[in-house]
Amino acid sequence: MTEQTAPTGTPTGTDAQDAPMLHAKGISKFFPGTIALDDVELTLHRGEVHALLGENGAGKSTLIKCLTGAYKRDGGVITLDGEVINPASTAESQICGIGTVYQEVNLLPNLTVAENLYLGRQPMRGGLVSRKRMVAEARRVLRDYGLDVDPGEPLTRYSVAVQQVVAIARAVEMSGKVLILDEPTASLDRDEVQLLFSVIRTLKERGLAIVFVTHFLDQVFEISDRATVLRNGRVVGTRVLSTVSQHDIVTLMLGRQLEAKVHDRQTGAAGEMLLEVDGLGKRGMLEPFSLALRKGEVVGLAGLLGSGRTETANLLFGAVPADGGVLKMHGKEIRVGNPREAVRHGFALCPEDRKTEGIVGDLSVRDNIVLALQARQGWMRPLSRAKMNEIAEHYVRTLDIRLASLDMPIRLLSGGNQQKALLARWLATSPDFLILDEPTRGIDVGAHAEIIALIETLRQQGMSLLVASSEMEELVAYSTRVIVLRDRRQVAELTGAEITAQNIVHAIADEPARGVA
Amino acid sequence: MIRSTHLPLIVTLVTFVLAFALCGSQYPAILSTRVVANLLTDNAFLGIVAVGMTFVILSGGIDLSVGSVIAFTGVFLAVILRDTSMHPLMAFALALIITTAFGAAMGATIHYLEMPPFIVTLAGMFLARGAAYVLSTDSVPIEHEFYDVLQGIYWKAAGGGRFRLIGGVMVLTFIVGAIVAHRTRFGQNVYALGGGPQTAKLMGVPLAQTTIGIYAISGGLAGLAGIVFSLYTSAGYSLATVGVELDAIAAVVIGGTLLSGGYGFVAGTFFGIMIMGLIQTYIVFDGTLSSWWTKIVIGMLLFAFILLQKGLIWATTARKRRATGSAALS
Amino acid sequence: MAGSTQGLLKRITPQLIILAAALLLNVIVFPDFFHVDFRNGRLFGNIIDVLNRGAPTALLCIGMTLVIATRGIDLSVGAVMAIAGATAASLVVDGHGWFTALIGALATGAICGAWNGVLVAVLRIQPIVATLVLMVAGRGVAQLITEGTILTFLNPGLIRLGAGTILGIPTAIVIWICLGAFVAFAVRRTALGMLIESIGINEASSRLAGINSRVLLVCVYLVSGLCAALAGVIVAADIKGADANNAGLWLELDAILAVVIGGNSLLGGRFSIIASLLGAMIIQSVNSVILLSGMPPEFNLVIKAVLILGILVIQSPKVSYLWYMLRASGPQPQPDRKSPRPRTTPEEKTQ
Repeated sequence: MTEQTAPTGTPTGTDAQDAPMLHAKGISKFFPGTIALDDVELTLHRGEVHALLGENGAGKSTLIKCLTGAYKRDGGVITLDGEVINPASTAESQICGIGTVYQEVNLLPNLTVAENLYLGRQPMRGGLVSRKRMVAEARRVLRDYGLDVDPGEPLTRYSVAVQQVVAIARAVEMSGKVLILDEPTASLDRDEVQLLFSVIRTLKERGLAIVFVTHFLDQVFEISDRATVLRNGRVVGTRVLSTVSQHDIVTLMLGRQLEAKVHDRQTGAAGEMLLEVDGLGKRGMLEPFSLALRKGEVVGLAGLLGSGRTETANLLFGAVPADGGVLKMHGKEIRVGNPREAVRHGFALCPEDRKTEGIVGDLSVRDNIVLALQARQGWMRPLSRAKMNEIAEHYVRTLDIRLASLDMPIRLLSGGNQQKALLARWLATSPDFLILDEPTRGIDVGAHAEIIALIETLRQQGMSLLVASSEMEELVAYSTRVIVLRDRRQVAELTGAEITAQNIVHAIADEPARGVA
Repeated sequence: MIRSTHLPLIVTLVTFVLAFALCGSQYPAILSTRVVANLLTDNAFLGIVAVGMTFVILSGGIDLSVGSVIAFTGVFLAVILRDTSMHPLMAFALALIITTAFGAAMGATIHYLEMPPFIVTLAGMFLARGAAYVLSTDSVPIEHEFYDVLQGIYWKAAGGGRFRLIGGVMVLTFIVGAIVAHRTRFGQNVYALGGGPQTAKLMGVPLAQTTIGIYAISGGLAGLAGIVFSLYTSAGYSLATVGVELDAIAAVVIGGTLLSGGYGFVAGTFFGIMIMGLIQTYIVFDGTLSSWWTKIVIGMLLFAFILLQKGLIWATTARKRRATGSAALS
Repeated sequence: MAGSTQGLLKRITPQLIILAAALLLNVIVFPDFFHVDFRNGRLFGNIIDVLNRGAPTALLCIGMTLVIATRGIDLSVGAVMAIAGATAASLVVDGHGWFTALIGALATGAICGAWNGVLVAVLRIQPIVATLVLMVAGRGVAQLITEGTILTFLNPGLIRLGAGTILGIPTAIVIWICLGAFVAFAVRRTALGMLIESIGINEASSRLAGINSRVLLVCVYLVSGLCAALAGVIVAADIKGADANNAGLWLELDAILAVVIGGNSLLGGRFSIIASLLGAMIIQSVNSVILLSGMPPEFNLVIKAVLILGILVIQSPKVSYLWYMLRASGPQPQPDRKSPRPRTTPEEKTQ
């Protein structure tokens, strides 16, 4: 199996010269109001690891879903091994030869390794599933992948890395031409990543075309041959990785010309010390970090996805209990074990995932706006209807939330208006410390500008903010200080004139920043 | 080889052996073939219906209609045998077809209308019980020579125990059920569904077919249990077997199957039934203990097993977090 | 306030229509249905019977509505009724007064409810599983209290709770209407209603907004236990005895049905206690039609089943989606509460 002779028809040429294994051309996908993919082209060669890069919302997962048939594409042609394919479901694309492995292992935790590997195609004997043969074959197949596990054991006995390899084995055994790895390393540690990479190298030798989606640039450079970068649903470039630097790729991903312009801002006159964080962290999630925040400061958290931005926000707010660290507010030590305590101390958090952690979809806009204030007051002291209306109307006016009526369920609002309503929810509690996690994600341009302006206004009113964002320009626009995260730890802190998109990118890419005084 | 997923099954077995030993040490008479034979005969209908319930619960669902379906089948048979000259075998076949179709219809409703199994089978429970009432509100005796023939079949073991036909049907149901669950693709799909319908779908499991099949099996086995129950009581009564669904669910859980689906064994359910039967037998032998202790003890066992399962889930997720790729070679 | 009254009316219109139809059927089969007599200081009449016989279901569905609003379910209420009835009966048989018996019964109900609540909120066991334990064991406990007999009593105070009258109106009616009104008023006049709905719709968001979901969940099951206990006392008082086997048998299903007929989603969220109470009365009116029409009572269950199926089909997300597609000219985005987020692990992350 592992011995692969040169494909017929290519007497001497290198692999890269072959007809591509997969060629997707002119792929387009529209969602109501947005163009998710616009005329995207992707070429995969045999024996190639091809990285697919882009920030969130760039269109990576939409592209993958179009390739695997999970979405019906609105335009374009997919050619696999010389034949045009039109898979209507993931099951169909598997049969065609495209296997996919996701970040969250898509195997069944209650079944054994062998059962997972052979679900739906178990070896039969005499009309019954032959478990003995299934386990024996599984053992043999997995050994090819460098795994010496007992296939009769439940899948969950093994680490996520092993599960990931089992998922890859299933995908390859069933499909065998193209393997799509959608952030397979997101929850793996260093050794586990190496295990996965050795499997990828083996498959590469076997002649598979592999798509590798990740946010870890080091890994991209370690394993991939080429990279295609997407931004706003368009391909902004395909590069052979041996010819470019990390910095080039980051620049491509984040887009726009990175101007070296320094924003004018009054960094001084920061108020008294509000919050001191010392050694807050959680094993496997975020390295202990420290932070001191004054009144009227906006601290930006920069870093690629998975670098620990959201984790920092969640730990500070008590949404995820930390396993160590001290918090001091106004010099006094406080305990923040859960969101309730955080709110009591004047904290507020607009989470990254608006839909599942932010809005309460079926409740009215009014109820959503007063929810946190009401929760803090306790059920015994209800806000009167008039008071609720007053608060809600106030914020609808000042934040310019567009809605038909305060009574409409919040889920019917557009993303930008939902986000403003969530901001209103927290502003109603008059917080001292406001944490915003990706406050401008998935919202329209107008609302985007308004939220950025609002951050500045709040700062001038003396509020302290911590804003996590993947948008460099945005961070540069409002931050008085930027903390750069990488691999779940703080790697740099930029202040004053250092805050430029270029410096942030350098810090993210871990290259010596130029022009820093 | 002992695996961690076998733990609930092992606990069930140990519980059974301990309970049996305890009973035996206090009342040596319990250790006779007579008592064992009675255990099988008295719990035959419950055992059969519990096999179907095991499939349903393994898939992450629940079937509240089975008690009513048993009663309906009993009344249906009694009325047919009273009012027509149909041969019982023919009536059996008809009853099985009706109950299987009934189960399949519930499965289809659950799948296609995306409704919770709990509420769909609740409607099914009312419907089947109502249909039984409509057929007859009185207890209808069954007098047919074929019934006498079937009831007369037994194997007398040393010690005077009579292993009757219906006990045999139950044991056979368990064997077939175990084979279907563990050795067929359908059975594997049932487990897959219980592990997570979305993932199962991504892995190519035919959800509609499997869901409908599961509830059809549960309905069909409830029909079979109804036939067995009518052989056991020689009558059909629309008020019979009220609450049997709860006993069946309890037996499945005490047998080590996870109520949220995905983990468990058909064989475990057998021992769950036997444990419950044993509790009753013990109370009968004791004489001073009142019958309600059965319910309380079963409830406590149920709770203990739910806690055990919860603990196992916690333990495995905790271990998963700690685990590293130590299993890797190369 | 005028706006919210109007909102309430709009919310309960379907229930009112169904109830009117059911009552109309009653009048058709029995023209004197609405005739009410005043004899021996008590109101008599079929409509009074409907209100009176529906009392246990009505009481249960008050608590059940709250539980279902949090995306839960309480299967144990029937068993809790039996336990509470048995407690009250055994207390008066032991010579205690009716008030002590009532308090004792309510305390038992509260303990049962708190037990369920702790299993659900603290141990994070699914509600249907958690409450099943008490559903199975509860009747055994009730029998333990009554020692297996139907424990009869003659305490006039306790009997008055079930069979007596207040100002000519049967006590049971007064109790359920007052309690229903009180709870409905209380959850809307405090912030409880909103917080409960918030938990039911999105517990993760609610927790992040600072709501103490754990305590609220325990409270909701506790209220359900209290309502069940009160229903249990009334049923026991009505028959002047505690029947551990049959008191409240299958009433949990009637209560759930009433909540569903009341238009409350089993998936949690927005709720209306008034609508649930109307649902309970609809069930009782249907029972009454069957009784008065001389139709064999055996059709009762079949009709109930058809009723559930009909309502479920209307409530089903699939059907409402089809309905939406049919009138697809509207500008609203499609209802996406059940967004098909791929689920990868069997248990939802709860912490």
